[in-house]
Amino acid sequence: MTRADRFALGFSWIMGLACMVFLMLPIVITVVVSFTDSPVYTLPPPAWSFRWYAEAATRQGLWDAVLMSLNLATVSTAVSLVLGTLAAIAVARGNFPGREAIATFAVSPLMMPGLVVGVALLQFFREMGLRDAYASLLLGHVVITLPFVMRTLLAAMNAFDFSLIDAARTLGLSYPKAIAKVLIPNLAPAYLTGGLFAFLASMDNYPISIFLTDARNKTLPIKMLQYLEEQPDPSLAAMSSGLILLAILVLAFGARTVGLNRMIQG
Amino acid sequence: MSGRLDRIGLLAVPALGFLAVIYALPLAMLLAKSVQGPEGFSLAEYRAFFADEYNIRVLMRTLRVAALTTVLAFVIAYPTAFAMSRAKGIWLTVFLVALVLPMSLGVVVKAFAWSILFRANGVLNSVLMGIGLTERPVRMLFTETALIVGAANVFLPFMVLPIYSVIRQLDSRLPEAAASLGASPWFRFTRVTLPLSLPGVVAGSAFVFSMAVSMYVIPSLIVGERQQNLSMLIARSFLFLRNEALGSTLAAILLAIAIVVVLGSGWLAARLGARR
Repeated sequence: MTRADRFALGFSWIMGLACMVFLMLPIVITVVVSFTDSPVYTLPPPAWSFRWYAEAATRQGLWDAVLMSLNLATVSTAVSLVLGTLAAIAVARGNFPGREAIATFAVSPLMMPGLVVGVALLQFFREMGLRDAYASLLLGHVVITLPFVMRTLLAAMNAFDFSLIDAARTLGLSYPKAIAKVLIPNLAPAYLTGGLFAFLASMDNYPISIFLTDARNKTLPIKMLQYLEEQPDPSLAAMSSGLILLAILVLAFGARTVGLNRMIQG
Repeated sequence: MSGRLDRIGLLAVPALGFLAVIYALPLAMLLAKSVQGPEGFSLAEYRAFFADEYNIRVLMRTLRVAALTTVLAFVIAYPTAFAMSRAKGIWLTVFLVALVLPMSLGVVVKAFAWSILFRANGVLNSVLMGIGLTERPVRMLFTETALIVGAANVFLPFMVLPIYSVIRQLDSRLPEAAASLGASPWFRFTRVTLPLSLPGVVAGSAFVFSMAVSMYVIPSLIVGERQQNLSMLIARSFLFLRNEALGSTLAAILLAIAIVVVLGSGWLAARLGARR
């Protein structure tokens, strides 16, 4: 290694460490603020307490929104995993023109402006006469989750050796059975990654949901923003800290089962 | 054989059918509506939009903030991805956790955390005054700089991960070979490492730009209504003004920007792929 190489590597490490601090900053602030004694957001907190955790536990509206978001994220991710598996097999194994275009199209909602998709869906559902807020939200959230699933599954299936499927079929398994018993277990990391990112994207979506909610079906980000405008007290920070803890547990589980690097790379 | 493979193609029908009806069709209808006047095709809404100087300012601000956010994210992400590609064991784990864990904190809370940091009586100003960089508190909240820093923070993982996954797969012998042939470090970086990592840079930049150009929650909390962007204007015209004609036109313009980014980055990626 020359001196210039060492300098470049040293510089990268300094930037990398700074980047980590930068990324973790909002989490640190949220967790610190959640332990404050004061009813407003001040840093550093004048005194420490758990009162906002107790307060957060009593916020019924907030917990309803958490359940609503968990429900939407779970169902839409599950639907996307099924649709995404089928479509990814077709693109990876099919023998028809335009497979590239199909892949691009299926991943494209990722890069479309959320508010525009939300507006378009609102007008479309109205024209179709669909008035049920939960159904509209669910359809919208499948549009959010499907591209995340498609992206990781497509990459994984392109790298998958499909002769294993042929081997399983020679041994007497039907095609659907071979997919379920050979392909899906082999691609477990991709399913975990795609599923996790899709789930988080659905949980965190504001711009599409805002056009599709009604008073009774409010998702978590919508309720949170409303709270911040109406009564900005640290109970929101307390609740977010709880969700961060949940995410740490999920990450730890993922790291134990498939390894963090494989999980994030798909 | 080909008959079986063609039947496999049918497996794509449910997903494509779903996206065609619940995604492509509504967007197409939105575009169609935006060029529909009282009697047939009309660009009147667009003419009205571009005639208003305020709208032009909003459009320019939206593009400028998105571009600067992308640049800032790239400047931080590239060396980070490079360091990650050399990291092993616990360090790699620490990097990956730092990238993924913030995604579990909702964007609403994240943007709000930044607004706490940027307040005039906030920590950041105390630090600046503490180390003597400034005598009086600097106004940070409600500035474009604060918005760009906050947005880059939220979108950073989407820049780091694609670059990291490309750099990680680079054959480290290539720069070494260049070095053994007498290439200077600068030449090696600009002619070997950087060009080979460009697909990751294009993917990451396209992601970050398209997210930054359409962000809504982050500017609402960090700069507020005074410095609107296109998304805020869209939300306002639909949710408060109930002006659907204006809203649809704005939405169509933002959609056009996003489509240009998708097609442009796809074209660039294909060209980079072909060159290799």
